[in-house]
Amino acid sequence: MVKNMISENNKQKIVFMIIRVAAFFSVAVLILVFIFVFMGGAEVININYLTKMWSHSDIRQGGIFPAILGSVFLGIGVAMASIPIGIGAAIYLNEYAKDNLFTRSIKLAIRNLAGIPSIIYGLFGLSFFVLFLRLGTSLAAASLTLGVMTLPWIITASEEALKAVPLSLREGSYALGASKWQTIQGNVLPHSWSGILTGSILGISRAMGETAPIIVVGATFFMSYLPTSPFDKFMALPYHTFILATQHSSQYAQEYALGTALVLICLTFILNLGVFIIRYKLRKKKEW
Amino acid sequence: MGSGSCKNLKEKVIKFIFSATGAIALLTLIGIFLFLFTTGIKSFTQVSAGDFFTGRDWNPTAYQEPQWGILGLLVSTAMITLGSLVIAIPLGIAAAIYLSEIARPNVREIVKPIIEMIAGIPSVVLGLLGILFLAPAIADLFNLSSGLNALTSSIIVGIMVLPTIVSISEDVLRSLPKEFREAGLALGATKWQMIRMTLLPAGLSGLSAAVLLGLGRAIGETMVVLMVAGNSRAMPTSFFDPIRPITANIAIEIKEVVKDSLHYQTLFAMGLVLFALTFVINFISDLIIQKQVRKYQW
Repeated sequence: MVKNMISENNKQKIVFMIIRVAAFFSVAVLILVFIFVFMGGAEVININYLTKMWSHSDIRQGGIFPAILGSVFLGIGVAMASIPIGIGAAIYLNEYAKDNLFTRSIKLAIRNLAGIPSIIYGLFGLSFFVLFLRLGTSLAAASLTLGVMTLPWIITASEEALKAVPLSLREGSYALGASKWQTIQGNVLPHSWSGILTGSILGISRAMGETAPIIVVGATFFMSYLPTSPFDKFMALPYHTFILATQHSSQYAQEYALGTALVLICLTFILNLGVFIIRYKLRKKKEW
Repeated sequence: MGSGSCKNLKEKVIKFIFSATGAIALLTLIGIFLFLFTTGIKSFTQVSAGDFFTGRDWNPTAYQEPQWGILGLLVSTAMITLGSLVIAIPLGIAAAIYLSEIARPNVREIVKPIIEMIAGIPSVVLGLLGILFLAPAIADLFNLSSGLNALTSSIIVGIMVLPTIVSISEDVLRSLPKEFREAGLALGATKWQMIRMTLLPAGLSGLSAAVLLGLGRAIGETMVVLMVAGNSRAMPTSFFDPIRPITANIAIEIKEVVKDSLHYQTLFAMGLVLFALTFVINFISDLIIQKQVRKYQW
């Protein structure tokens, strides 16, 4: 009996060891990804690479400034397209909606939208924004396409943030005679901004890293001018990385692909850092 | 009184605006389906559905007789999905067990966000690392002329779906009542016996939903397979073959096609197939999760 128990204990030790190794495998993968990208990418990054226009003839001469700017513009466009609607839908679902067919279909739609492959959003963007609305292969079309893709993430994150506000805050406001909108505006939103903002920024940073949809709606690998209006063509970091990695003839292309990937990762890292700061600053205020 | 009805009107307008934003989410899903459907369905006026789904050759630009069969592409998608899940299921469930049952809270606080960060790495970066580092390593290991094949892309897609499986499985395990754990331990079971005999069976349906969601992700992954899977349209015979899943095929060809040509329409038909697959998978996993959550709400 005792012997049996010991062997069970040993078995547990072995199994837990395997489980620990499996859990830390993911951590190791993430560290490896960063090491590879930094080691390969850091060499090619200098002030020229970050601030100059792309040079088509010799990739060592030019820089990726138009791609950085394009990605930033894309991020702003996605934010404008998805954040207002996303927050509005979350407020509707959490504050107004009754449990009826309309609400349930919206919730079902949101969960399914989140699971649709990004390439499908690309096809939708191509047929609806690029061709049907005649926006062409422009910043606007790409922003709207990625915005539609980001929408379910923002709605879900905002809903979580609104749900976290205790009911008593709403009831207190109603008891003082405030209307529904006054309650939302004065007592619900101020307490949920940090959650809404962090969820939104994370969504935007994921959208900025997406490549498949902008392949379909048409990013540009090389343009000699910077985009000045939403209807201009655009370059973007993920697409630039993709073309350099797979379709460029220069012998330095893959090195420079790593450099571009590093800039992309840094850009998303900056956004994530912003999220961290917002969380930290706003966390201190809440005490319930 | 006048200001009162004015206030009411304002409230109504605001409510209407919010419900309209909610409706946009619903309209988007319907819109995506309609745009895929109306374009994709036209391909079946010229290509029979039988040829489309069971034809082994996809060669739409052949000079003499174009071939419109997507079976090879479907098999490629299935291989990547299967291969990636073989990697992600054991690793993902093990990591979930670790986070929910074994790790100390302060370790969990660090490890969980790190695993979730993998979901934040742009897929194009993972594809690039696959081309530069993993593919040469695989080619060396198995003596292949090129490491861009089903195996290499399965490994990377497996890593990509890992965070989905980990975070949902962990939620499922943590949602199980603590009485389950206490009862098992009180009977003298070791912690592992308790996990194996009580928690895993009780959470089985939720864990399978996590796997299904991972499956949906794997089917839809585009960039990694576009960059690392090798892009060969031939019917795959082994995991060492270069292959081309549906998503990669759409991404490669959509830029070259003429709008409203048969080729363009068939790419939308492929999109429709993908849409239907992921829709059904997400719908089922959603049902399972809801049921699991209700089961242990006491």
